[in-house]
Amino acid sequence: MRLYNGGLIITGIVVFLALATFPFYYNIGKANAKPDIKLEPAIKMSEERYGKKQCVEPKEWIRREHMVLLNHWRDAVVRDENRGYLSTDTGTRFNMSLQNECMQCHSSKKNFCDQCHNYMAVKPFCWDCHIAPTEKEEARS
Amino acid sequence: MLEKALEGSKKYWAWLILLSALASVGFYFYLQQYAYGLGLTGMHRDVSWGLYIGQFTFLVGVAASAVMLVIPYYLHDFKKFGKIVILGEFLAIAAVLMCMLFIMADMGQPGRFMNIMLHPSPQSVMFWDFLVLAGYLALNAVIGWVTLGADRKGMPPPTWIKPFIYLSIPWAISIHTVTAFLYAGLPGRHFWLTAIMAARFLASAFAGGPALLLMLALIVRKLTKFDPGKEPIQALAKIVTYAMFANVFFLALEFFTAFYSQIPGHMHAFDHLYAHSATPLVPMMWVSTAFALISLGMLFFPAIRKNETTLVMACIMLFTSLWIDKGFGLVIGGFVPNPFDEVHEYWPTLPEGIITVGIWAIGFLVLTMLYKVAISVREQTAGVEIDH
Amino acid sequence: MSMKRRDFLKIAGISSILSVGAKIAEATHPAWVTGPDPKQLVPNKQALSAKRWAMIVDMTKFKTEADTLKVIDACHRAHNVPDFRTPDGKVDKKLEVKWIWQAGFERAFPGQDNKYMSEHLKDMPFMVLCNHCDNPPCVRVCPTQATYKLKNGITMQDMHRCIGCRFCMAGCPYGARSFNWVDPRKAANLDVKRGGKLNNEYPQRTKGVVEKCTFCTERLQIGKMPACVEAAPKGALLFGDLEDQNSEIRKIITTRYTIRRKPDLGTGPAIYYLIGGSDHA
Repeated sequence: MRLYNGGLIITGIVVFLALATFPFYYNIGKANAKPDIKLEPAIKMSEERYGKKQCVEPKEWIRREHMVLLNHWRDAVVRDENRGYLSTDTGTRFNMSLQNECMQCHSSKKNFCDQCHNYMAVKPFCWDCHIAPTEKEEARS
Repeated sequence: MLEKALEGSKKYWAWLILLSALASVGFYFYLQQYAYGLGLTGMHRDVSWGLYIGQFTFLVGVAASAVMLVIPYYLHDFKKFGKIVILGEFLAIAAVLMCMLFIMADMGQPGRFMNIMLHPSPQSVMFWDFLVLAGYLALNAVIGWVTLGADRKGMPPPTWIKPFIYLSIPWAISIHTVTAFLYAGLPGRHFWLTAIMAARFLASAFAGGPALLLMLALIVRKLTKFDPGKEPIQALAKIVTYAMFANVFFLALEFFTAFYSQIPGHMHAFDHLYAHSATPLVPMMWVSTAFALISLGMLFFPAIRKNETTLVMACIMLFTSLWIDKGFGLVIGGFVPNPFDEVHEYWPTLPEGIITVGIWAIGFLVLTMLYKVAISVREQTAGVEIDH
Repeated sequence: MSMKRRDFLKIAGISSILSVGAKIAEATHPAWVTGPDPKQLVPNKQALSAKRWAMIVDMTKFKTEADTLKVIDACHRAHNVPDFRTPDGKVDKKLEVKWIWQAGFERAFPGQDNKYMSEHLKDMPFMVLCNHCDNPPCVRVCPTQATYKLKNGITMQDMHRCIGCRFCMAGCPYGARSFNWVDPRKAANLDVKRGGKLNNEYPQRTKGVVEKCTFCTERLQIGKMPACVEAAPKGALLFGDLEDQNSEIRKIITTRYTIRRKPDLGTGPAIYYLIGGSDHA
């Protein structure tokens, strides 16, 4: 058996492998530590606003599904004129708004959005339009 | 068959490299536009479509014009078009591709393109335009590839392709009709609000497209062993002549309605295009008019039409005339004056022009490679007439 | 069994794609596939509501240019509308974005002017904005339903969904729509570092989307009148329910002579203009 155009084929395979594995060796040696998520001062604000420490839905669910939630909120607010969301968890009525609800408690975009998004290398478009809260000194430290 | 596009003379490769270079420069400027926004173009809130959409409109016509070969060949059994019908189909592919690129270049949020499919809106002409264009691209790709593949094997094309070929005829009419409906259904845009817009589009398409095809066929004849023959060229020239008559006639109708009725809104756009614009639009529109009349006059006389040198001259003028009229003036005329009766001029910027050239280069690159494939197959089967 | 290798590969390929797809769907959407229970989504109790919102612009109440400028400013501040300027401080016509502005009579009502009409009427600064039409061409032409009608008559714009094709701008016979030719944050008035001020309760826009007046749906929802209505001289901009026989605007439209912009196009504009009578002749 003879491999026709063997040189070309092997070169092609090598180039393909080099490109396909690029993300792996590009990141070799870079720090990939999990972000150390700082929740303060958010929870304090939630206590101020709603009398107890609570998010819209249970924490674990929010961590996993917040993007889905936000998509539904967006359509409900912009297209159906519903502004209120009743939590399945506590029944509390929340204002469906990224700027005027979520970020009122999660008052640091750096801590609550960027840390994980950067770690996961996702780049949501939220902040192309929405206004992020002004970062306070304590959030920077 | 595609491998035939990858082998060729030094000239062939030099041409491909030149086109790739132009396309790369265009793409570089597109990246700039992508990063900065459409503010890089000459458009503004009063003239919110410009060169890109004009080119798109013009090229839909070029794409639709393939039908001018398909109808005689497949419906009227005009065998002489047997050799060049594939050139028409491949031109349609390249043209639709350019249309799509111009749409992408014009979109403010190209990344959200799939929203058209995610939220289908049948009341929007744009939605239908997207569907018919994509369909037309698929039809021509399948038809062109299958018939050419059969030719290569020296066999008639499979019978299952026939319904697709017949479908491509009304489909070609539909792409340009729907494109005309983008304009002709908008209240308050007097220049566009005309019932004969689709008819005008088809007339200009069936003049401009075959004129381009005629020139391409002659270039191909000069550069390769492929000879379309004298008769198909003359048949094309007649098609161009009739269609151009219709086109000039339709344009004259528009002038009559506007200026005999004396309704200001109907006259304003013509005034701007042909008399008052402070941009080079005015001389351009007059060049278009002059070229249209001269080329039509030349095509009218059989002696001039039969001489291929003068025929090509007429085709160049005709194509230029239609390119200015439809690829540029048409869009601006609808936007100036604006809904407030104010004149806000538009002129494309350099980056806008370069991106436009880049897209044309991509179109010609695809066209060249497709033609290379078609001609290589034809050269192999030279002299063998295959009955489709 | 005589399965061709080709067929086997096809089946294997398709089934692996399907199973991976299902796994991904399962992993990402375990809780919600269809979204929240509709009962969880409720309107605000304090929201102002109407069957058909409409506006009267009473031109007799706009005394000076300062009155109109105040209105424009209130709207544009409330909605973070960029104010692009050329280096010499003039409005940058190339990048201009506007929701509400002023126009002379022959501009707002082209074709209805005549050369003997009073200078006063000619020079009146008519407030022009989106007409929130009954039969809006912009909604008809939008290929993604990024612009659409709300039940209360407002023609809404979903800047999240807009693909920036600008068909709506060609469709609108009132020139009410603006496109973000560049990132609006480039405008000095929205750049905090250059002394700009933002309304933190309202978003900005990204480049490449169309925007326009939304009759302040976000304010109506929290029980506030539109920003322009609040900023205008008393009674100059009247906002109310056209379908409500007892509403102030309905009574005025029934009893007095009002005009609308380009009603002959069949769009059914919901902005009515009161020009006033001889008291200004």
